[in-house]
Amino acid sequence: MPEASTVTPNDCYHCGLPLPRLEHYPVEIDGVERLMCCPGCQAVATAIADGGLSRFYQYRQASSQKPTDQSTSSDYQIYNDPDVQSEFVLPLSRQQNQANLLLQGITCAACTWLIEKHLLAIDGVESVRINVTSFRAQIVFEPDVVELSDIMQQLALIGYQPHPATDEAQVKLEQRENRLALMRLGVAGFGMMQAGMVAVGLYTGAADQWQIVLRWLSLLLSTPVVLFSAQPFFRAAWRSLRAGQLVMDVPVSLAIILGFGASLWATVTKQGDVYFESIAMFVFLLLVGRYLEMRSRARSRIGRSNVAQLIPAVATRWQEGAWVQVAVRQISCGDRVRIDAGQNICADGVVLSGSTSVNEAFITGESTPVAKAAGSTVIAGSENIDSPIEITVESVGSGTRLSAVERLIQQAEADKPQQLALADRVARYFVAGVLLVCLAVFAVWSWLDSSRALWVALSVLVVTCPCALALAMPTALTTATEALRKRGVLITRGHVLETLPHIDRVLLDKTGTLTTGRMSLDQLEVVRQGENKEYLLAVIAALEEGSRHPIANAFNTWRHQLKATDIQQHLGAGVEGVIDGKHYRFGRFDFAAVSGAQPTSTQGLQLSLSDEVGQLAKVTLNDPIRDEASTLLHRLSSLDLQTELLSGDAPANVERVATQLNINTYRSSATPEDKLSHLATCQDRGDTVAMIGDGINDVPVLAKADVSFAMAQASELAATHADVLLLADSLDPISDTFEKAAQTRKVIRQNLTLSLLYNAIALPLAACGLVTPWAAAIGMTASSLIVVLNAMRLARWS
Amino acid sequence: MNSLFFLIPIALVFVAIAIRVLLWAIQSGQYDNLDTEAHRILFDDDRKPAVKKSATDNNKTPK
Repeated sequence: MPEASTVTPNDCYHCGLPLPRLEHYPVEIDGVERLMCCPGCQAVATAIADGGLSRFYQYRQASSQKPTDQSTSSDYQIYNDPDVQSEFVLPLSRQQNQANLLLQGITCAACTWLIEKHLLAIDGVESVRINVTSFRAQIVFEPDVVELSDIMQQLALIGYQPHPATDEAQVKLEQRENRLALMRLGVAGFGMMQAGMVAVGLYTGAADQWQIVLRWLSLLLSTPVVLFSAQPFFRAAWRSLRAGQLVMDVPVSLAIILGFGASLWATVTKQGDVYFESIAMFVFLLLVGRYLEMRSRARSRIGRSNVAQLIPAVATRWQEGAWVQVAVRQISCGDRVRIDAGQNICADGVVLSGSTSVNEAFITGESTPVAKAAGSTVIAGSENIDSPIEITVESVGSGTRLSAVERLIQQAEADKPQQLALADRVARYFVAGVLLVCLAVFAVWSWLDSSRALWVALSVLVVTCPCALALAMPTALTTATEALRKRGVLITRGHVLETLPHIDRVLLDKTGTLTTGRMSLDQLEVVRQGENKEYLLAVIAALEEGSRHPIANAFNTWRHQLKATDIQQHLGAGVEGVIDGKHYRFGRFDFAAVSGAQPTSTQGLQLSLSDEVGQLAKVTLNDPIRDEASTLLHRLSSLDLQTELLSGDAPANVERVATQLNINTYRSSATPEDKLSHLATCQDRGDTVAMIGDGINDVPVLAKADVSFAMAQASELAATHADVLLLADSLDPISDTFEKAAQTRKVIRQNLTLSLLYNAIALPLAACGLVTPWAAAIGMTASSLIVVLNAMRLARWS
Repeated sequence: MNSLFFLIPIALVFVAIAIRVLLWAIQSGQYDNLDTEAHRILFDDDRKPAVKKSATDNNKTPK
């Protein structure tokens, strides 16, 4: 495997983000000094190198995730509490427990190597199993020897923040389904091979008594295939019949049951023809298709989670004169709870003491934090950014605003337009057609030669058995889904590729979708003559040191060059401090511009830097538009799609992005409800609408849109409710998906035409009584293979 | 042709054994996680000393 080629000398060796200008954090790895971008990455890289696991850096195929501030310092003590453990730790025996964890930060298979090696070196850890696609870890440990909190601490130390995985029942169920499907496939495979071998004997002229023996033998070999392996088809067919619908499984089951029944009758009564090997092969081919489909669906279920993940599992409550960590479930109305900086707020409530700013983007979509002081209300799930606060809890659980958003999402998802699979629409006519033809053939042959009537009608049924037809759609869809997955596009719902070619309007979110979602320095205009630009930036960076505000991140590159003292944060205004004996202020114009200067531009966010004498510089910060955004819009319009910008941000910012990207229709200051009702208007007009978004305020729209895309950095909730998840932080794969969908539709149409064509040729021959069992078997296999090979073309990228 | 009277039952026994082995492998979880296992072979330890050092510190040999 090549050495991590994604990292250049100017980037952090661990996470691949740009290095700060002056301050570097070196770690010696395999005798070479490597530079890191922050103390967090340094700590993680040191832990990896000290553990003798530095070859992780050669194995990995992608840069690691930058550790968050809290990941390296978190306290996992609370997870030793049996009450908290009951949700995700299973006792295996008296000495052994199994912990189910969800790990954040797994980027490639090398991560599993690192985690397994690192944890197995700890005394008391028995086994570690990691699934790289679902980010889950099953750790078997001895609670007497090692505490769970230590294991979780070790995981955080090497850069993978652990969360308890509480949906183990769901995962178990999926595992059981997967195993059962494999067993059915295995049994069908063996049955098919053996029955096929016996069939060679049958057709190459076994003598009379051997004919009978071999028929019984193939009956014996194909019975488990029909009774065990083919069960899913029978169940699905029965379900759809009871619901009064005809799906593809109905003709499939009919062909299996009638074919097998008649062959059984022929074997017992020693007359007519047997089709055992055709049936076994038919079941096997269809099961292979189903299994591949199931696997690509399971892969798409990455990180499926619910709103509850926004609420922390642990809260700090004031009880009996002390702060105590308790499980969030134990919090009730009226409790006094402390929320530290960087934590998510666990319940709706009113601030008792302390002042801070919180990020409420998931409700408002506004990227700028909101100031909170004593008396303001805070909502569960929002992030406390600046400093610790104490709140009185007013509502918990289902009473919170967060749950209200969740209900809005569920409502929207239920309203989503349903798409009927093309194959099932074809199946309706197909079943009726085949049955009518069979009856007609039987009637005609009864009149011509009644002894052959049953067998000719049966050969018609087997020959027209919808194997190729049933494979035509799933193979094409599965191949296209896998091809897209390799491009970093995860399709999580079945209908996406079928619906995409019908889309005529695309709604785009602004922040985080068309823009990067990160504040960055646009320009610095020096107001006082003779000042050095780089020095002023270092001053600002020093003032912003230690702030968690998104604005501070824009100056990360200039950090650690100067040291500021007496730093004071003024919420919603700015920051002041002393550097080299000079007093500086940085922030909004009314706070940091002495002469009453006004912002000179409305584009982006303009801030001012001043000292005791007066204004030094004007600084413009922007959320820059992604490089690939204009390419995307160009390609979308070349596909004849209407594009529209839909944002919760202020009008000036939205207008700037819209004009730069040539989007004619745009809306600003839209709440989640506004976005949803706009989408409903479009859909009522008859448009099929795709939505591309990332924030939690987009989630109701993502859930209701005909097809929705969530960006790589999207909130978990948005990712859960989107039909398509982009794995790389880029817009490019979106137009790829549209093109692949168009290609897929073409291949599906070809496949359906091919299989219907085969039936059109085979049916008259069978009706004339010209098709022998061996010819039926060959014809069926050949048509299926042609369809599958045609679908395989979708794996290629032009 | 009489040899078939022996060969057919023998073939059936082999099929039964093969199916048993496959079912056992599936049940014991060997097919649960195909994506991770596919990469494991690439991470073979050919530089033993570096790993051993950390392992002995903790009184445990990594598997």
